[in-house]
Amino acid sequence: MSIAVDIRSAVKRYGTFTALHGVSLAIDDNEFFTLLGPSGCGKTTLLRMIAGFEGITDGEILLFGQTIAGLEPNHRPVNTVFQQYALFPHMTVQDNVAFGLKMKGLSAPERRARAGQMLEMVHLSAFADRLPSQLSGGQQQRVALARALAPAPKVLLLDEPLSALDLKLRQAMRVELKQLQEDTGITFIFVTHDQEEALTMSDRIAVMSAGRVQQVGTARDIYEAPVNRFVADFIGETNLLEVDVQSVSNGVAQVTLPGGHRLACSAATDALGRHHLSIRPERVSLVAGGDVQAVVQRVVYLGSDLQLVARLEGGQEVQIRLQNAARTEVPSPGSHVGLMIEAGAARLLAD
Amino acid sequence: MAGGAIDPGTKGGEGYRGLVGPLLVPTWVMIGIFLVLPVGLMAVYSFLTKEFRGGVEWQFSLAAYDQFFLNRGLFGDEPPTLEWTYIAIFWRSIWQAGLATLICLLVGFPAAWFIATRPPASRGVWLFLITIPYWVNLLIRTVSLKFLIRDNGPLNEALMAIGLIDGPLPLVNTNLAVQLGLFYSYLPFMVLPIYAAVERYDFAYSEAAADLYANRWVVLREIVLPIVKPGIVAGCILVFIPSLGAFLAPDLLGGAKTFMIGSLIEEQFKGSLGNWPFGAAVSMILMALVMLALMVYARQAAKGGGQ
Repeated sequence: MSIAVDIRSAVKRYGTFTALHGVSLAIDDNEFFTLLGPSGCGKTTLLRMIAGFEGITDGEILLFGQTIAGLEPNHRPVNTVFQQYALFPHMTVQDNVAFGLKMKGLSAPERRARAGQMLEMVHLSAFADRLPSQLSGGQQQRVALARALAPAPKVLLLDEPLSALDLKLRQAMRVELKQLQEDTGITFIFVTHDQEEALTMSDRIAVMSAGRVQQVGTARDIYEAPVNRFVADFIGETNLLEVDVQSVSNGVAQVTLPGGHRLACSAATDALGRHHLSIRPERVSLVAGGDVQAVVQRVVYLGSDLQLVARLEGGQEVQIRLQNAARTEVPSPGSHVGLMIEAGAARLLAD
Repeated sequence: MAGGAIDPGTKGGEGYRGLVGPLLVPTWVMIGIFLVLPVGLMAVYSFLTKEFRGGVEWQFSLAAYDQFFLNRGLFGDEPPTLEWTYIAIFWRSIWQAGLATLICLLVGFPAAWFIATRPPASRGVWLFLITIPYWVNLLIRTVSLKFLIRDNGPLNEALMAIGLIDGPLPLVNTNLAVQLGLFYSYLPFMVLPIYAAVERYDFAYSEAAADLYANRWVVLREIVLPIVKPGIVAGCILVFIPSLGAFLAPDLLGGAKTFMIGSLIEEQFKGSLGNWPFGAAVSMILMALVMLALMVYARQAAKGGGQ
């Protein structure tokens, strides 16, 4: 598989502020790649550097093996879907979609045909003659997609394109976007702060924080084997317990919980001493006479799930998620329960 | 309790609506006193008979309009032909005002763009600098301009001192001087509306266009200009209309050859030589012309918007 976008130690500084500290990423062709992180982590800056709206302070970016340093945005074979869509307000939907084709020098009939095809793809053929202001948010979003895809870019950049939509629409668009990426075979680089979006659509995700890439991997990788506290905390819900690391060998650590219970778990670090252990709430189950003793503090009813907060012997609290099945026995607050931490459920994190 | 004081269902709603009428009174009074009354007075006067020492006789007459459009010979007994004198003055005024508008646009657009793209904190300073000259009376500014460009004024003397020219440039009493006066008088009216439009302009549009392979020139022509067009049109209207009726700049900086509508009208109301009905008629014709032009533009714009 060839590499579509190769980012090599990219640094971006604004005066004394460093937005990106030497980011390196290799994004494969045909990949749905997501840059995920909280606001201010540098993900949008990186996207804008690929598009050419921001210069690069140090390092380089290659597009299919060619450096794109010094190329103006209009000379880069990438297109962008903007956060607020940036549809040209004085042009019809049709003219918006055909704009890039016109700039590439396609003839009017070719433009009409291609734009029509694009609008059909996003189910907006009936709206070709409307102005963007006459469309709903979701429709505008799809026009922005059609406009960016019409010139058949090698790479499509998407800057939080779903953030302006309401929840229902956002969920529907996730499926559509993923489908679109698979159908067109274009490399998508998707920027979002929404981990659910990232997990559901991406082939691979780069979790970013404070101008650095923390971890790159599939959704399963970053959810189940986070490398550090930031990633474990940012992706999904987790319990972070302080533990004593006794030994680490071959990526397996022997740790002691505050209550004295010993546990073997996978390790992202080989340092000994006090470290954090991540345990996903849904990987803990209640077992009569389980190995870890706890006292139930609260029970929260969530519909399909139940959320329990239990206090361990050492005084730390853990959250537990149970499926609300018919056979589930709901413990009452104050009752003593035994917890079973499934094999592979816990992971020792680097700080 | 609280609901007892005002019944929100009927009385409250009507109460608010009932307030609108009285609140509009000041507006209607303003429009009445400063718009309807003067224009009405002007319309009535244009159809009256002139009195020889200025003023009017209350007798209906079409003489003012007749004088504007028709030539009946020196003694008024020849068959009427079209009178060109005043139409020529109108025509000269229109192109002078048009040229002044164009110059204001060419200077004002980059200036407005520059200000609107500064950091928000410093924009206020730039706008302040643009408006400072307007704290000084227009008459004084125009006279000062004349002083600056006259034969032995600072401009000519400076140019001669550095040896760029041998004799003074004849600037006063030329079209150039009038243009300079109009430009200087009305530039902010071009800058401010364009500034407002550019300030609202979302530069993501420019980025989107560049992303779709448009070069800078195409971005300006196909994206920026159409989107900020309302500001440009407003600026052009705000410069063109007062330039058309201006009399200070043409009067003080121009000569007999640059006689414009404003001066023609002013002359009719000066001393005992004036002709009030004729002055009123010229004003009415000017106003009709401007309104016609604006209506044609509005119709074109409405048509263009639908496309």
